[in-house]
This record gives sequence, structure tokens and C-alpha cells, in this order.
Amino acid sequence: MSLPETKCWRNDAYAKVTGKAKFTDDLKFANVLHAAPVYSDFVHARIVSIDTSAAEKVSGVVRVLTAKDVQGVNRFGQIIRDYRIFADDKIRYHGDVVAVVVAETREIAIHAAQLVRVNATPLPAVLDPEEALKPDAVLVHENHGSNLINTHVVRRGNVDNAFKQADFVIEQDFSTQFIEHAYMETEAAVCVPRLTDGVIEIYGSMQHPFSTRRFVATCLGVALADVEIIGTPMGGGFGGKDDTAAIICARTALAAKLLGRPVKMVYRRDWSMRESYKRHPYRVQYKMGVTKAGCITAVQCRIVADGGAYCSVTPWVTWRSTVQCCGPYVVENVHCDTFGVYTNNVVTGAMRGFGSPQINFVIEQIVEMAAQKVGISGIEFRRRNMVRQGSITITGQKLDGHKVAMEQVLDTVLREIDYEKKLEKCAHGKGDADELYGIGVAMSYRGVSLGAEGTDFCAAIINAQADGSILLETGMHENGQGVESAMCLICAEELGVDVNRIRYRRSSTSNIPDSGTTVASRGTIMGGGATALTARELKKKIAESFCEKLHCTAGEVRFKDNFICGKLDADRIAFADAMRQMWAMQKFPFALGTFKAPRTTWDEHSGQGDAYFTWVYCCAARQSSSR
Amino acid sequence: MKLFVNNKEIEVPASAMEKRIVEFLREDLDLTGAKNACDIGACGACTILVNDEPSRICIKLVKDFGGQRILTIEGMAAPDGTLHPLQQAFLDCGAIQCGYCTPGMVLTGHAFLLKNSHPTRDQIRQAIFKNLCRCTGYQQIIDAIEKAAPHYQREERGLQAASAPEKQTATKNSKATTLAKGEAG
Ligand code: FES
Ligand code: FES
Repeated sequence: MSLPETKCWRNDAYAKVTGKAKFTDDLKFANVLHAAPVYSDFVHARIVSIDTSAAEKVSGVVRVLTAKDVQGVNRFGQIIRDYRIFADDKIRYHGDVVAVVVAETREIAIHAAQLVRVNATPLPAVLDPEEALKPDAVLVHENHGSNLINTHVVRRGNVDNAFKQADFVIEQDFSTQFIEHAYMETEAAVCVPRLTDGVIEIYGSMQHPFSTRRFVATCLGVALADVEIIGTPMGGGFGGKDDTAAIICARTALAAKLLGRPVKMVYRRDWSMRESYKRHPYRVQYKMGVTKAGCITAVQCRIVADGGAYCSVTPWVTWRSTVQCCGPYVVENVHCDTFGVYTNNVVTGAMRGFGSPQINFVIEQIVEMAAQKVGISGIEFRRRNMVRQGSITITGQKLDGHKVAMEQVLDTVLREIDYEKKLEKCAHGKGDADELYGIGVAMSYRGVSLGAEGTDFCAAIINAQADGSILLETGMHENGQGVESAMCLICAEELGVDVNRIRYRRSSTSNIPDSGTTVASRGTIMGGGATALTARELKKKIAESFCEKLHCTAGEVRFKDNFICGKLDADRIAFADAMRQMWAMQKFPFALGTFKAPRTTWDEHSGQGDAYFTWVYCCAARQSSSR
Repeated sequence: MKLFVNNKEIEVPASAMEKRIVEFLREDLDLTGAKNACDIGACGACTILVNDEPSRICIKLVKDFGGQRILTIEGMAAPDGTLHPLQQAFLDCGAIQCGYCTPGMVLTGHAFLLKNSHPTRDQIRQAIFKNLCRCTGYQQIIDAIEKAAPHYQREERGLQAASAPEKQTATKNSKATTLAKGEAG
């Protein structure tokens, strides 16, 4: 085994490996209060009253908050405003929070939380998404009129004809399960009322500070500028620290605002598991037509996603699954119907892959089944159908403008793992073999960033100092994935300076324009794009200031090895000297740049359009044995 | 009651005896490197070393640790901030992402290498089997522990040469000395 030689540079690694990095629960504030959530024993019930009196009598309890205490709006959401910061009319799933107890210590808060009584009338619960779609189903949100959150379609070609022309038709139903992200750090927030101007400062574990700010400002009834989310090291998110984390911040901020003291709420693991949203379980009915030659002629599929009690980002998650419902294969006739559905189950939302894994699982199973029918290997079947440079996707997007690397990726994996040879060793269900060995391969493609599901742009600020040190910030958030380090490296490369002179600013929603969430593989491409563009803007400013001295035009100035150079290497100024001189020239070596995602298009009715501005291609092989 | 934390003697106030030690370290001593991630001894994020043995302190009380020698992540680097070779290996191998599991991983790896400085990858895997990491996929952490092993081999050789006559007891005590060298006060 050869060990990695490269230094994996990270701006936060030293602090993390020495235990010095301060995560939310590690932060200490004088006079801090502690909060704990109150759940009820119901799954679906109409709230009659919430009795907080016993909890309030506990010595050390400062206040018990319920929906009545919300000064702004109790309802919010990124797409549909159906979330309750505190359950008000109904309990819709067993993770609904009816109250928050604020006390002098965490122990007291937890103890008192058990004394809050919820008086409610139980309602029949709807736990199966197919049941939820029936006309007489129990409604999770009566005002919504049905349990249908959203639909998406793809309509391409003519599936009926195509199935007739197929030599084989394979039909199979699939289902997938809820999955918990299980980030190592549970949800946590500390909210501190700033005495000078009343701004609420928030330190918390979340991956979408700007959305959190909207949740908090709405709940508190204050302006966006009155809430400041300050970047804090975060112990993993994997998509899971968006809505739930934001709501927890909103409850904590409300307590801090009402009580005029810092309030900390750190989730216990069981609360986190109970309340936080999960990956959507899918039911998929899939039908595929193939020819004897192993070509896919048609796909018809029906996807039902269990959205749980609130909408969260179900429409976006299911949109991705719809766009990618045939995997990285060219299919000319497609009929796909996707439904996001309310139930009284735990809420579902963003999680690693965001609607990709469920559908990838289905496709890669059905592809193997189809290959067996045709009598060729799964690999060969994939080769005959996979997207290549210039292919048209099922939504009519021509794959060009980027390298379509599907085949290259597949070949690399097969070669690296020596697939063909290992395949011979497979037990193929021969239970009497000494060793049961198996190997499998799966591939996928994935649209990068938000695509046509959202407005996609990102800001970066580079502020070079008079001594040549550099401050950098982007609108992307450090989730533990290393985005700050990646931005520093991109900035260093663009400016031709050592990375060590770059400091990533402690991020704050009050410093940088709202650049959206750090999800969907968009951190590096959007944040990196913004960093590169901003660095180029800064270089232009610098070049214009020094080209004369360097005996060249502004366009000819080069940035390398911590120097600013003219055409000849001999004509050069140290970066630090140049920054000092700019100060003397009354010029700020400062730039704010914006990276805008290239245009995407989408037609909701036909499910056709250029869904994503670029795609990534993936292949994985897995072997396992039992002895 | 006394505790020896990162080579420093700590007098424990009577009021703290019934506290969970994870809270005592984090709140009273401000040693927040040990994380409380599960509360039930299941994940390893709260691991510290007690007499060189890993211990999950989210489920233990202060009073159980009387007179014991405790090493937390804050005591791994040299007093001047120079990283212990195992910590450096974590950096070099890209074994850190969010870093929440890292203190527990480093200390578990340290205790393991003190006992077995010629490990196979399988043994390393077994050693960290009960420490959860949700970010890295473990490979880089295994790489890091493997990469640091030669340091422990050198330490051992050095110690054996220095204390050849009274091998048995000396090795054990000297290990403690080595540890102490790397500890910040
Ligand atoms: S926090 Fe102690 S083992 Fe998880
Ligand atoms: S690095 Fe995030 S849990 Fe291990």
C-alpha cells in the first residue's frame, strides 16, 4: 500500500487535530441560558391546549415558549410555508415541537420539558404515501386541499409505440427507505442578543446560513440585517442541516430576544433523530423496453416520494430524480410521473445526492435485469446505451460544453479493480462454495449545482492588505468538506501567491451577499468560480496600476511566485511591495465578484429543457466476500 | 480527589464528583476537544486516554477517575504547538474533514500504536472499528495511523536501547515518559 504523498492542505486542520477548533457547543458565553425542546406523544392530533404551568414552577426555569410567544410569523419554509416553528394547530408527526423550555442549566431545561402537558385530540394518521394520494385520505394540511405536494413529469417521444417495438419489456417495483444523516455533531445553536444595536448573533451548526437568517428574521419579526449568522465549525451536515437546523436557530433566537440573554440549545442525539428530516423513501414502478440488440427503447416510470409532514425541499429533490430518471443512458421515449406526498411520517428533505441515490439504485438494478434478458453482460448493456459526447438526455439537453466522461470513468474503474477477472470468481449464489465472493459495478451521472430548480449565483470578496496578506470570503459555507481551503487554494493559484498568506475570513451573513446554500455539489464550482472571477478582477486593478512600471500593457502583466511581472521576468515587483504602493496611490486592492451559473431552462409541462449547466459522471465497483 | 490531566495535577472539588467527566473536562477545565456526540458510549467522539487506555467518558462520572492519568487531545501536541507525529499524519493523509471525530480517532489510534507499532491495515481497522466518522469513509484515517507507525517503532527501539536491563517494567514506565514529553501542561 502506498501512502498519499501529497499534503492535503486545509486551513482548519491544525485546529481540528489539536482539539482547539470551537464547535457550537464548545463556545462559552457569560450568563448563558439553556433550552430544550418539548415533543408530544402524538403522531397526528389537533392541539386543544398546552399546559406549561408545571414546567414553569420548576426552580431554575426562566420561561417556556410556545407558538403564542412568536413575535413574527410562526410559519415558514423554503418552498411552501408549512413548517411551524412551534406546532400551533396540529401535531403532524412525532417530531413536532410544541414548546421550548429555557432554564439556567441544561439539566433543568430537560427535566422541566417532561412536565409540559399537551392536550390534543388524536386524528387518524396517514403513514403510507400511496394511501395519502387517495381522494378520501386523511389530510396532513387541510388548507392545502390534498396530500399532494408536487408533481413533475418527463414526456419524450411515444412510449406506447416504443414498447410495441421492444423485444423485451421488464417491469419491476422498487422501494427505498428513510435514511438519517447521522452527522457526528447534533444540531446546536447559541444566540446572543447584541446589546449595542439589538442584532441577534447566531453561532450554530447549519449549512445554509442565509436560509437560517430568513427563518429567524421571519419568526422574530425583524429585518434580515438584524440577524447575523456567524460561521462556526460544523460537525457534518450531508444535506441534513438545512431546515431543521434553521428552525432550531429560530426557536433559540426567539428565546434570546425575549429574555435578553444568550441562549444555547444543543440537541441530544435522540432529539436529533426524532425531529430532523431524513432521506425520502421512494416507491418506484419502472417499466423498460429493450431490443434484442440490447438497446433501451422506452422507459415508463412512476415515482412516489414520501415527503413526511412538511414540504421542506421535496419539490426540488423529486425534480432531480425526475430529470435523472433514466440514469446516464440515452432513451428516446420516456414517460415519467413523479409525486411528492405529505404523510404523518418524519419530514424528509435534502440528503447527500438529493434524490439521485434512490433513482440510481432503481436504474442500476433494472439495467442488470435487462442485460440478463438480452443475454449480454451488464457492462456491455451499459456501453450500448450510455451517454457520450453530444448525446441528448431524456429532457432534450445536448451534452456538450463539458467533457462527457462516462465511458472513460467506467473503463477506469473496470481496469483499476480488474473487473473481468474478478467476475469469474463470483459465487453467483452457489451457497456451497468455501468463500462467497461477489463484485458489482454501478454508474450514474448527476447534474451539478441547483440547475433549473433555483437561482444560482455566488459572491466572493478578496481584500489584499498593505503588507501583501490577503483576506478572502465567499458565499459558500464550510460544512467540514473543506470549502474554505479549496477557495484559498483557488485564490492562491489565480493570484500567483503562497496559500499561506491567505486568510479565509470568519464568515458572516452580514459580510457577504446571500449566495444560497452549500449543497448540490455547488460549493467548489460556484464558490470557486466566484473566487477565480474576483481574483481576475483584482489582478486587472493591480495590472493597470503597475503596467507602466513593468514596461508592458495591463494585459501582459503576469502574477507568479509572489511577484507581479512584466513581459520579462526581470521586470517585477514583489506582491507585498505592490500592495503597499497601491495604498500610497490611494487605491484599494479589493474586489467583489459574482459568479453566475450558466443559463438553464425547464418546461414543467413537458419535462423538457437544459436542466443543468454541467454534469458529473461516476462509476463505482464494490467487491465483498464472506468466509 | 486528584486527577492528572495532560500531565497537570487537578484538584477536583467535591461538588464535581457526581458530574459526568465529559462535562467536567469540557465545562470546568475548558478542554472541549472531547465531544459529546451520542451520550451513550456508541460513537467514540468523547474518547480520552486513561493510563494509555481509550475511555468513553460520556457515560462515566468524575469520581471514577480518582488518581488516574488522563490524556486528552489538548495534550497530544508539544507545549510549543508542534504536532505529535500521529497528528501530523492525520494532516498529511487528509484524514480530517469536519473534524468532529478527530480527537477521538487520534487518541484511539495513539493508544493502539503504543501497544502495536507494527500493525497491519486490518488491525488498524479493528482498532478504530467502534469510532464513527461520517465524513471521511475511514480510509484516510487508516492511512494516517499506518503512516505514523514508524514513529512508534523508533520510540520503542530508543526505549529498549535506553532501558535494556530492566526491560519489563521499564518499557511500560518509559512509554509514560514519552507520552509526558508530548503533553502540553
Ligand atoms: S459521545 Fe461518548 S461515545 Fe459517543
Ligand atoms: S471528519 Fe467528520 S466525522 Fe470524521
